[in-house]
Amino acid sequence: MAMLRPAGDFDRSYEQDMALLRQPWHYWLLGFSLLAAFTLPLWGDAYLVATANQIAYTIIAVQGLNILTGYTGQISLSQAAFMLVGGYASALLVIHAGLSFFVALPLAALAAGAIGLIFGLTSLRVKGFYLAFATLAAQFIIPWLSRHTFKEYLGGANGAIEVPLPQLGTVNFGEVSSYFYISLVVLLITTALLFNISRTRLGRAFVSIRDNDLAAELLGVNLFTYKLRAFFIAAMLAGLAGAIKAHSQRGVGTEFGYSLNESILYLGMLVIGGLGTNLGPFLGVAFIVLLEDLSDLLGGVLAAAFPELSGQLLTSFRPIFFGLALMLFLIYEPRGLAHRWQLLRAGWRLRPFAR
Amino acid sequence: MTSENILQVEDVTLSFGGTTVLDRVGFDVRAGEIRAIIGPNGAGKTSMLNCISGFYRPQGGRLLFGGEHDLAGGKRAAQLGIARTFQNIGLYNYLSALDNLMAARHIHMRQNMLASALFWGYARKEEARHRAVVEELIDFLEIAHIRKTMVGALPYGLRKRVELGRALALEPKLLLLDEPMAGMNAEEKEDMARFILDIHTRRGVTIVLVEHDMTLVMDIADRIVVLDFGTKIADGVPDAIRQDPEVIRAYLGQAS
Repeated sequence: MAMLRPAGDFDRSYEQDMALLRQPWHYWLLGFSLLAAFTLPLWGDAYLVATANQIAYTIIAVQGLNILTGYTGQISLSQAAFMLVGGYASALLVIHAGLSFFVALPLAALAAGAIGLIFGLTSLRVKGFYLAFATLAAQFIIPWLSRHTFKEYLGGANGAIEVPLPQLGTVNFGEVSSYFYISLVVLLITTALLFNISRTRLGRAFVSIRDNDLAAELLGVNLFTYKLRAFFIAAMLAGLAGAIKAHSQRGVGTEFGYSLNESILYLGMLVIGGLGTNLGPFLGVAFIVLLEDLSDLLGGVLAAAFPELSGQLLTSFRPIFFGLALMLFLIYEPRGLAHRWQLLRAGWRLRPFAR
Repeated sequence: MTSENILQVEDVTLSFGGTTVLDRVGFDVRAGEIRAIIGPNGAGKTSMLNCISGFYRPQGGRLLFGGEHDLAGGKRAAQLGIARTFQNIGLYNYLSALDNLMAARHIHMRQNMLASALFWGYARKEEARHRAVVEELIDFLEIAHIRKTMVGALPYGLRKRVELGRALALEPKLLLLDEPMAGMNAEEKEDMARFILDIHTRRGVTIVLVEHDMTLVMDIADRIVVLDFGTKIADGVPDAIRQDPEVIRAYLGQAS
């Protein structure tokens, strides 16, 4: 699909052509979106802010998966496990090393990235389906280790440890309305970095590995080191998301999820949002989180109507809706919501000639 | 070996399992010439290109590039300045034509992972500088109108041209073209022949060409190697090849 631009939109330099914000209304749109996001705790209720917080850190995890699976084409089923690494790393650094959360956060990301590198080593030898199974190993090993080793630090059979709340000077991030800003700012930073990656040397190397690894290698892209870079970035973002999630939930461990279910959920969010697009994680995560809220709502209504079945009704709609949504997307829009959005945009540019 | 030989292929032997694909094939490529490899299907032409580009590792023989680098070890072809196109087109389908060419600038760019992510200062200047190089190629190949189109959506002839552009973006000393005109109509073939000649004369790139269209090969090639069942049966200028009884028997047929 050709990129259509409005009439009169010309570039005078290549820098101008590479710019993301090109039109005055781009700046306005970005400004208003940021304003809406930053004032959300002022006009939204606690439930909305909590949902937005959850969406924000989940997007970060899915952005990581997007680099690995969407851009580089390496299927991974272990994103939740790397979140667990990040969550534990940050918690332990704060509890035992006495570090501030804001110092522990980047360190947790690096720790998760390092673990990600170890599991990424398999990617040189195996591709596709087989790589998915190799990453599955990480998804089983890491939660198992968290339950069965270093029990006094990791919580052992409890499957959870308590995580203290972040504090910056006199500001306490105990309320979700203030904690939300941490998630939001980190999300904005990762988003900016990922937009840059996707339009520069690194992003092109990733996509070239996905689209034609043979040609990429013959054109001088070192497949192994670039796949490792993708694993590193993916695990690092998972670590960031995990650390934010752990401090937000005030606890970390297998009791809080971080299972294969979550990893598959993230992959599903990415597919529904659009693999290999910067917009995909945003749309996919928002779509699924809102769908989950809808299924909880529906489950609650039906449970009130049929009290004898309430146990099943309350829990069954999430997997049903997720499965259904994923199936429908795979059949009707395998390139995700982001592609649908691009088509809409192209149609708008071509009006009134679009079909 | 003379110094003007950019590539020296010596007794290259390649086999898969029990099948010998190339049997002690040797020839040379002089700097600045268009060298064609022809032969019937299964003769080992593409395998020869795969050996030169370092994708296959021959069991025997040497491939000397620039008189010193042995390509039989593989993998460093891009750094040495060898680029190629593929018989079935090996583009990055979900990137635009522009980004396909930019992707081939990979080895000429210096920005690291962090610089790419920050896109500030050096990385930004570097992107713009290489963009200018790529845009010059886009002009040369007359693909400016599709520079931002995803190549997967392009018609075959244009994709072949984008792929040629991507190979050129590597700034190769030696360009390997695997059937650049296969499946094209007469007009597209003439366009492609013109581009190949332009690349050769204006950019001074040495070209090794595998092609089945004999009229074209005889027209543009300086010298021709003929392979048949993995062995070299003839090597020489087009006029000599056309008269060679062995080549006529194996490939060209009586009519020509």
